[in-house]
Amino acid sequence: MEGVLDLIVPILAATLRVATPLILAALAGLFSERSGVVDVGLEGKMLAGAFAAAATASVTGDVWLGLGAAILASSALALLHGFACVTLRGSQVVSGMAINVLAAGLTATLALAWFRQGGQTPPLPQGARFPALPLPGAAWIAEVPVLGRLLVGVVGGHTALVYLAVLLVPVAAFVLWRTRFGLRLRACGEAPGAVDAAGVSVAKLRYAGVMIAGVLCGVAGAAISTGQGAGFSTDMTAGRGFIALAALILANWKPWPVLATCLLFGLLDAVAIRLQGVLIPGLGVAFPVQAVQALPYVLTVILLAGFVGRAVAPRAVGIPYVKER
Amino acid sequence: MNRPLPRWAELVLLPVLNLVLALAVSALVVLAAGQSPRAAFDALVIGSFGSWDSIGYTLFYTTNMAFAGLAVAIAFKAGLFNIGVEGQAAIGGLGVALVCLGLDATLPALILLPLAILGGAAFGAAWGAVPGWLQARRGSHIVITTIMFNFIAAALMVYLLVNVLIEPGQMAPETRRFATGLAKLSAFGFPGRSPVNLALPLALAAALAVWVLVWRTPWGYGLRVVGANPDAANYAGIDQAKRIIVVMAISGALAAGIAVNEVLGTHQKLILNFTGGAGFTGIAVALMGRNHPLGVLLAALLFGALAQGGSELAFEMPELPRDTVVVVQGLVILFTGALGGLLRAPLSRLFPARA
Repeated sequence: MEGVLDLIVPILAATLRVATPLILAALAGLFSERSGVVDVGLEGKMLAGAFAAAATASVTGDVWLGLGAAILASSALALLHGFACVTLRGSQVVSGMAINVLAAGLTATLALAWFRQGGQTPPLPQGARFPALPLPGAAWIAEVPVLGRLLVGVVGGHTALVYLAVLLVPVAAFVLWRTRFGLRLRACGEAPGAVDAAGVSVAKLRYAGVMIAGVLCGVAGAAISTGQGAGFSTDMTAGRGFIALAALILANWKPWPVLATCLLFGLLDAVAIRLQGVLIPGLGVAFPVQAVQALPYVLTVILLAGFVGRAVAPRAVGIPYVKER
Repeated sequence: MNRPLPRWAELVLLPVLNLVLALAVSALVVLAAGQSPRAAFDALVIGSFGSWDSIGYTLFYTTNMAFAGLAVAIAFKAGLFNIGVEGQAAIGGLGVALVCLGLDATLPALILLPLAILGGAAFGAAWGAVPGWLQARRGSHIVITTIMFNFIAAALMVYLLVNVLIEPGQMAPETRRFATGLAKLSAFGFPGRSPVNLALPLALAAALAVWVLVWRTPWGYGLRVVGANPDAANYAGIDQAKRIIVVMAISGALAAGIAVNEVLGTHQKLILNFTGGAGFTGIAVALMGRNHPLGVLLAALLFGALAQGGSELAFEMPELPRDTVVVVQGLVILFTGALGGLLRAPLSRLFPARA
């Protein structure tokens, strides 16, 4: 039993850690796309957030200022996205891609110019990154056989942002499905004409959706560079924004399933790292780790094609709203 | 409603103004990095056009950008946003490499070269056609599917190069070098020392072929109808699904041109990430070139110069990385693509409406 726990506890703990930025970014996408604005720019906003957080924390030594800077940087890009998509009614996908490319170039350029360390920020000391919080009463709980170790090892010892991400799932579910704002926001993504006819501004609601996405992506970026890691390095989001997008689609644009798919993708990632270089018994060939890594994308394609289940996007997503005259 | 702009303003003035805006904002970024925009600009221009060598390199990168831009543009003509050029080019490289690795011992270069190009095109086409089929027959959104296919292609390439195609006894994940007779593709006679190769004239031919296909054939007319007005296309009895699948295959085949330029024309072996983001730059190229082959070629030259100038810039000014030109690319996509309406409104006021 102990042997199994030795194997499982680190994997499950890693799952939760890896899933954190995915949950935050996927919730960001949830708010934006439920309001009717496609967001393929999750990656770029997270990257900008990751850089702003690490750069600010490195200079000031204060991790919370870093989080604030991350939210600001990511929100600035979100505002740009809102301006392009809502005000100018431009192409939402093109705007999202532009933000990805722009963020990749900007962060790499400024990181090299400001810190002169080949595109990285200096390694952040304690205090400039989020500390791991021990589970209250950990010593006592650990006494409980099996369950205690699972609880302490898996649930305890994470940074504040990990708990925040998980906590935001019920918050998002409540806001989107149990408040007037949420109802209107979702209506903007399904039938903006009806929202307009009811005398509510579609533009304002869509801006709200896009800006909430900006804030959440900023937190996701800070989680990557000052929570999981200890500093920024070029392109450190490494496609997580697109995995989050895949998780959002797989979750059919619903908050609780978003948590499930993000945890699944986190688990896949944690397992893939463990399997690196492991030989398949009997065959003597290396385990195809890449197959595990590609699984989120393959699953998304299969689901979107409707071979298994069906992903139904908000009906008006991607279509700029033109007010009738 | 905005009045339509005069043709020359729409085709020339607007892209140029957007480029100027992008460069101006980039200059601010260079300032924020604590460097002189003037010096950076000079380094860019001299780095990309200052000598035969640098012109050769510029044309080499231009070839990548032209193929990528054409791939994005022809799909755009059918109203499809193909973000998957990067993956299609990678898989195209796989096709090129498989033909070369399998046959370079038996076939003379003169037969092998076209075969390898066809192999690459076929693989790229297949990787493009599947998202096309999924869009046309299963209703999956092409943007999401092609994004996912990029990542699937990347994982596949890593797996194959690390486990299957790697040269035995080597550490680096790359194939063995193709047999030397293939150097003929590089024998192009361009002055100076640069990797520019016969893929460049191939890109020009591809641009001409795209123009003929899209603007001078009934098939191309149908394609443009599908892109401009799907309902009209339906009413006219145009088989949209078929057009979408075929144009995505063509787009993927064009993307494979990047592989021809890099794998066949330069490295002569399959390496990881040889595309170097050219597939994404193709979006900027197509937007800036207004999805027209001639515009795409001009925009490709611009972005080719930026790519080459960027590496020289990083060399001349160590405080600025190559990625500085990525900022320019991002801004061009932003200004010409997403914020296209920003300049159109004030411009249309400048030009009085013609009766």
